[in-house]
Amino acid sequence: MKHLRGFGIILFVSAAGEILRRFIPLPVPGSIYGLALLFVLLCLKLVKLDEVKAPAGFLIEIMPVMFIPASVGLMDRAEELRAFILPLLVIVAVSTFIVLGVSGLSSQAVIRGKRDE
Amino acid sequence: MNEAFASSALLGTVLSLLCYYIGAKVKARFKTAFANPLLIAVILVVAFMMFFKIDYESYMTSARYISWFLTPATVALAVPLYEKLEHLKRNIAAVLIGVGAGTFSGILTIFLLSKLFGLEKAEFVTLLPKSVTTAIGIAVSEELGGYPSVTAAAIVITGILGNVCAEGACRVFRITEPAAKGLAIGTASHAIGTSKAMEIGETEGAMSSLALVLSGIITVAGANIITDLY
Repeated sequence: MKHLRGFGIILFVSAAGEILRRFIPLPVPGSIYGLALLFVLLCLKLVKLDEVKAPAGFLIEIMPVMFIPASVGLMDRAEELRAFILPLLVIVAVSTFIVLGVSGLSSQAVIRGKRDE
Repeated sequence: MNEAFASSALLGTVLSLLCYYIGAKVKARFKTAFANPLLIAVILVVAFMMFFKIDYESYMTSARYISWFLTPATVALAVPLYEKLEHLKRNIAAVLIGVGAGTFSGILTIFLLSKLFGLEKAEFVTLLPKSVTTAIGIAVSEELGGYPSVTAAAIVITGILGNVCAEGACRVFRITEPAAKGLAIGTASHAIGTSKAMEIGETEGAMSSLALVLSGIITVAGANIITDLY
């Protein structure tokens, strides 16, 4: 019964997220509405952490497996992507380092600023 | 063999799960970011398909159901986020500014470089969500008309890069505060980077997993705005 209830809550919130997506005219995935909704429910203690912790942990653990079909699909389309691979690698590498530097240095400045007060 | 896969709703799922399990075992044994379980699993699945001459449609028929759990799994990310609530409250300004500035600098960099390379809009939105966790990134790419499978690849490459280079990059940028390190790694390289942050320390790990969810949410907002400008 323990898992049934927790898994049921997660599925219910996921479905609510998909319904919200239909009513809110923004290109936001339904899963994001669901994520926000579950977070709010946890904060308001309407859903207890113990109820959803185990099924959530399971879903997060097997999440990478869900990406295998899409990634295998990539191999299937390797030919079409050949021209795109160089810009892809350059953009991925450069932006990853910029994001890391900007977010690390700006948050560090905030943390140190607060300590000096 | 191809027939068996084409008429099954389960064989592809079992194959994917098994290959991922092997990948996770290899990762546990060698502990290097290059031994990424997802990467190993994909290579094994493709090798298996080539050896037994299984075509992609047949594999997809018997593996597609597993993708249906992607939405509930993304929703489940609210649970670790809630567990980090105390960390969030204590460092709220640093978290919001760090993750916000990092995410927007990423979006801007990808925008400028895509223009520079003369990429089409579909290619640009494909790369746009490459720093966020795969479930959110794929959904963003799909919503905006990109190629989700290419986005998935860009995300995995980003994660591995972050995982391997995070410590060195923090040293180069002189990021020494544990919380700032975690935020930087999580914002730049999502879950794969976060596993590295967890190895470095508990604060780093907590802040990194916080950053990975928040940057995902900010990217959803930012990506929608900048796509209209491209």
